[in-house]
Amino acid sequence: MSAVTTSARASRARIFLRHETVLAALLIVALFGLGLFNDRFLTVDNLLNQGRLMTEIGLIALPMTFVIITGGIDVSVGAMVGLCAIVLGYSWKNLGFPLPLAVVFSLAVGAAAGLANGLVITRIKVPAIITTIATLTLFRGLAEGISQAHSVRGYPDWFYFLGQGDVFGVPTQLLILIIAIAVFGVVLDRTSFGRTLYAIGSNETAARFSALPVDRVKLTAYTLSGLMSGISAFVLVSRVTTTRSDMGMGYELDAIAAVLLGGTSVFGGSGTIWGSVIGLVMIQLLKNGLALTGVKGDATIMVIGVVLIASVLIASSLQRRRE
Amino acid sequence: MSAIALFRAPAGRATLWRRFFTQETLLAGAIIGLAVVVGLINPRFLAANNLADILLGNAYVAVAAIGMSMVIITGNIDISVGALIGVLATVSGSLAVAGAPIVVTWLAPLVLGVAVMGLQGVIVAYVGVPAIVVTLGMLSILKGGLISVTGGKWITDLPVAFHLADIEIFGFIPMPVAIMVGATAVAAVWMRWWPRGRAIYAIGGNAEAARLSGVSPRRTLVLVFALHGFFAGIAALLFATQLRVIQSTTPSGLEFTIITAAVVGGVSILGGVGTVVGATLAAVLIAEITSALVFINVSPFWTHAVQGTLILATVIADIERRRRRLAGAAR
Repeated sequence: MSAVTTSARASRARIFLRHETVLAALLIVALFGLGLFNDRFLTVDNLLNQGRLMTEIGLIALPMTFVIITGGIDVSVGAMVGLCAIVLGYSWKNLGFPLPLAVVFSLAVGAAAGLANGLVITRIKVPAIITTIATLTLFRGLAEGISQAHSVRGYPDWFYFLGQGDVFGVPTQLLILIIAIAVFGVVLDRTSFGRTLYAIGSNETAARFSALPVDRVKLTAYTLSGLMSGISAFVLVSRVTTTRSDMGMGYELDAIAAVLLGGTSVFGGSGTIWGSVIGLVMIQLLKNGLALTGVKGDATIMVIGVVLIASVLIASSLQRRRE
Repeated sequence: MSAIALFRAPAGRATLWRRFFTQETLLAGAIIGLAVVVGLINPRFLAANNLADILLGNAYVAVAAIGMSMVIITGNIDISVGALIGVLATVSGSLAVAGAPIVVTWLAPLVLGVAVMGLQGVIVAYVGVPAIVVTLGMLSILKGGLISVTGGKWITDLPVAFHLADIEIFGFIPMPVAIMVGATAVAAVWMRWWPRGRAIYAIGGNAEAARLSGVSPRRTLVLVFALHGFFAGIAALLFATQLRVIQSTTPSGLEFTIITAAVVGGVSILGGVGTVVGATLAAVLIAEITSALVFINVSPFWTHAVQGTLILATVIADIERRRRRLAGAAR
């Protein structure tokens, strides 16, 4: 909108003030700051281990970026993780599915759950926030109902390769996350699907009048959100070796925080995968750094809340200064 | 735009029917109908002490749903209220154990609730950060803060005088029920007939039109959040005093139960429409359903699935009904 009239000096300032740039600088400062505080922090082992731990949130944060760019939101992701985990464990243990089939089945259930969100949002036009609040309760409720509070354990050894194994010294799931980041990044940047996401977020009516397949693209974004929640559940179950109905609780907060911290506007129309990745890494390192300096796990939830509000406050005041 | 069209009821016989066939009468009918059906299956459901338990144990949800309704009517949402109620209950209980005067323990959650919610209202109204983000952040601040301060320890040995829920008005109406009914009535009257209360609907229907007619959307929004905090304070008090112990953690999923009550009660998620009477009735209905499941031998682990289905169905019905009315108004 104001891009045409911006002077050269302002555009130089803009590159400097770009959310991702500021964030990347902050990240480097935080890394060394935390490294100075604790000599166990800046070690290869610790950093790789943190990569392992952030994969579950990361896999969800990628489609979440898509969804938020369209101006929507999905707060049901944590519940979908719980549902997929339960479906995986239940269909294997109680229905007698072979484990690979159980995994595929749980991914299909995740995709179906996401598709259901998308259908209610695009067909019936219920606002995304309300739809996903309702399905959050529903999916978590289904997980609780199916499991009847029983946990499933005793998976075969090969199953743990994904969650606990290494490939060339790199945690298996971190490789999957890296591949997923590359795919989502390219799709967002270089495909008409990705560009349509931005068009919908900036002005949905205009996108519709430009004959863009608005509903189909939104439907795909929410379905991806469900599918990736399923993959996240698979990784999670494989890492912690058990299945419980309260799995993934609160994941929505971490994923949304990572995306917003990464500079994606909650009003839609702007945002990048790279930003979300930096946001994700920031949150994980913050958690880890704080834990190493002796802050308890629960207090780090508090810090994430502060960071979330602060980052959006700063982003909106930067935005205002630009305009 | 749509809000104006909705207030104009079609003329003729349909008006009378529609007047009667509101969300409130529908809910009241559902409450009675469910009681009859479950009572036939298992007469113990209708025992006086079970019905009293349903009301007593859930009055705090209804009270919190009043404030939530106001917030949703303005077109916003708050998902921090469950965590806030947990924090306020703990503060109140800790003060009581520390020997503070009972009046102080009862007033502290109200004041603190207004302060926290008012602050969120200021950020939403004046800085322009969406309510979903602010309250999501506040949720984790409150949740994390509470657990790291208390370590999840239960508060016990509460002084006898602290238990608001033990007081009975006229010797038979328990205090929580009286507060629930009283708060709903006051809020309903205020929102129906006072200009300040009407302003809540105005900014939810069309903020720009409201501004042009002399209502300050920002100030009204801060007021709504502050009131929501006040009701959350009362809810926390009822929550804290209903048992002899206070679990100093945030009741998980409470915010969703409260939002469900508001939405099932007929508060439109698109803003501008809804009443607090509906929200209170819906809170009672949800509590009744939860209790009924136990009496017809359904595992309590299915409660959330039923609740989720209920909210989804109501929301879809709400949108469909609006669409049909809009289509009717355009004809």
